[in-house]
Amino acid sequence: MATRLDVLKTYKLFIDGAFPRSESGRSLAVNGADGAVIAHLCKASRKDLRDAVEAARRGLDKWSAATAYNRGQVMYRMAEMMEGKRRELADAISAVGGKPAGKRARTAADEVAAAIDRVIYFAGWADKHAQVLGCNNPVSGPYYNFTIVEPTGVVVVVAPDRLPLLGLISLLAPVICSGNTAVVVASQTNPIPAAVFGEVCATSDVPAGVVNILTGERDELLKVVAGHRDIDAVHAAGLSAEHTTLLREGVAENIKRVTVRGGEQIDWFGDDCQSPYWIEPFVEFKTVWHPASV
Amino acid sequence: MTSPGPNGHNGHAAVAPSVPRVSQTPGEPKPASWDYAPAPETVKVSIKPRYDHFINGEWTAPKVSRVSKGKAAEDLTHFATINPANETTLAEVAQGSAADVDAAVAAARAAQPKWAALPPTERAKYIFRIARRVQERARELAILETLDSGKPIKESRDVDVPLVAAHFFYYAGWADKLAFAFPGADPKPVGVCGQVIPWNFPLLMAAWKLAPALACGNTVVLKPAETTPLTALRLAEICEEIGLPPGVVNIVTGDGRTGAALVAHSGVDKVAFTGSTEVGKRIAKSTAAPNAAGRTKRLTLELGGKSANIIFEDASIDQAVEGIISGIYFNQGEVCCAGSRVFVQESILPQVVRKLKHRMASLRVGDPIDKNTDVGAINSAAQRDKVNYYVQAGTEEGATLHDPTGAVLPQKGYFCRPYFFTDVQPSHIIAREEIFGPVLSVMSFRTPEEAISRANNSPYGLAAGVWTDKGSKIFDIARKLRAGVVWCNTYNKFDPASPFGGYKESGFGREGGVHGLRAYVSL
Repeated sequence: MATRLDVLKTYKLFIDGAFPRSESGRSLAVNGADGAVIAHLCKASRKDLRDAVEAARRGLDKWSAATAYNRGQVMYRMAEMMEGKRRELADAISAVGGKPAGKRARTAADEVAAAIDRVIYFAGWADKHAQVLGCNNPVSGPYYNFTIVEPTGVVVVVAPDRLPLLGLISLLAPVICSGNTAVVVASQTNPIPAAVFGEVCATSDVPAGVVNILTGERDELLKVVAGHRDIDAVHAAGLSAEHTTLLREGVAENIKRVTVRGGEQIDWFGDDCQSPYWIEPFVEFKTVWHPASV
Repeated sequence: MTSPGPNGHNGHAAVAPSVPRVSQTPGEPKPASWDYAPAPETVKVSIKPRYDHFINGEWTAPKVSRVSKGKAAEDLTHFATINPANETTLAEVAQGSAADVDAAVAAARAAQPKWAALPPTERAKYIFRIARRVQERARELAILETLDSGKPIKESRDVDVPLVAAHFFYYAGWADKLAFAFPGADPKPVGVCGQVIPWNFPLLMAAWKLAPALACGNTVVLKPAETTPLTALRLAEICEEIGLPPGVVNIVTGDGRTGAALVAHSGVDKVAFTGSTEVGKRIAKSTAAPNAAGRTKRLTLELGGKSANIIFEDASIDQAVEGIISGIYFNQGEVCCAGSRVFVQESILPQVVRKLKHRMASLRVGDPIDKNTDVGAINSAAQRDKVNYYVQAGTEEGATLHDPTGAVLPQKGYFCRPYFFTDVQPSHIIAREEIFGPVLSVMSFRTPEEAISRANNSPYGLAAGVWTDKGSKIFDIARKLRAGVVWCNTYNKFDPASPFGGYKESGFGREGGVHGLRAYVSL
């Protein structure tokens, strides 16, 4: 009997709930642990990034207006879908290899498990962060005064190379649980888990445009991110000093909120990245006054 | 916070009795012939002829770092700060050089560990002392503020200075309660803060910057605005009086170059800036790169605005007109959150315009030190010119200018009459750009959806106002406005407990309230 030939998956971009190829037709070779090319992924262009930002902007109205309860449920569904793809996600991580560093050597399966748990963690924050981060204010006068949180808008998430799935999820989950929409720039050395995660999003009731995923060259894409005036915030980790500077200079373009975290210092498996203070940079505080006397 | 003035009468005898009234809008009711008597605040405030920097608890002469040809070095070390209401020199203040900034940052750095290590309750007590001393010296501070900035004494006395004291009181109390402000986290000071503040609320902005920074255990180098340094220097005297440890608060005066040196200084851990969006963007650029240790400066920006004030047909019209007035003519409109775009529902537009003209006719424009003055002097000649440029641009682009006060302006000093425009298109310069003066654009809308989309159609997002007596409408509109402060059936209210700051290009970070602590702690 002839051996069955494997059906190989073509990994594509994930924009506006669909899986397009890069409009540029370019691809990015991904090397395995042994240095051999194991896959070709789309190499997103400036145009793809712009399309993704437009999709995220379109998705923002619906997602930010969804009830917090609903957003939490959708994210929990996301975790359920990841659970079903544990094997594929772990294989995607280990195909490129490079053992995850950390205090103890963690396996790809550990990374997937931690990523799933992190999605659940932030799913739970969706209907709580507003209570922890907002308040009412005892002003000296007959006014009812309160501060509420609202999503900042379209956020670009730049995943680190180390822990390409857990890093991505840890940066993305706080952004979307609070009602923002996201454009993810995947790890450059191993973008495959991000591409698989796009399939998770496509099957977990996440409305189109809420999560968009680009694979490509960071150098090329971050320049566009920095200069783009319709990106409201950036959440990144593990960048070079040059890329950090580039993104922070982008603040001058349209007063983006740019948070760049040190990739190496963070214990991605631990509690470092589990707090409402990871949500806080991507919400805006609105203070409302109203007279409280007749 | 009050609106500029109770219903007064339109008289200007206190200002320039002999100059004839000019530019009366045709068809307007003639002003009455009787006027208020002058009521100047007459208490004398001592001002030294010359001030140096306040560095490490010492009054420190500036170090000369620039000597241009043909000018004696002496000329470059100090510059004049003037009273914009009469163009007289009040005092000379030091021009901070890079060396001065260096010395101030070094002093702040040296003082920081000890300040942070104080028992928090003791740190609180120092800040409480500042608050008390501000209250005790309130009258003097208010007069000095008015002399240096041009704002009406009524406002500096009743708004600015009381808010300054309240701000220090509020944050003093946080110093030993920080763990409760950040549940689950361990707040630590960020270190040395470089703070650059504007000229529109000179002392209040100093308080907004200093109080939370000090409460959280940071030390500060503050750079007051070039045109309004005197009250910040008086605050330095207060720090001295109350025995604040040297180096905890350092004040370096100077122009934009001094500010640029401060924000770019490698010894500064956190930069806080309030001012124009243009300068804010430059600061963002200059603080972008990480230092040698890979650390980046923290940054908060409180920038410009073009805030919308929306009047629905079901609003209480008279109250809304008061809100329009306090929204745009408070502090001569030199307010980042000024309600400079008023959107009136079409059905009530003629009524609102008529009432607005009537109300404006009673605004008293003139000498800021007069207790009856509603609209004082513009802060500087440059700002006055900028306002005039916009008034001209509005006219040239086809909007209709209204000048209901027709006030006679003093011959000396920098003054502008309060104006408003109708027939303004959203594309007009006056409807898009921040004027920072007493110039209002009145536009109309038909549906709530249109009001929201036009209000949000701005790169800014600092504040907004909504006027309607329908509760659910208030909340719906307040939710949909992309602005950091939404005043419902009120405008331009401020309180130390109330966070203030913008969406979008109006900046990031909040000042006031528990949220105001966040910029000054690392978690």
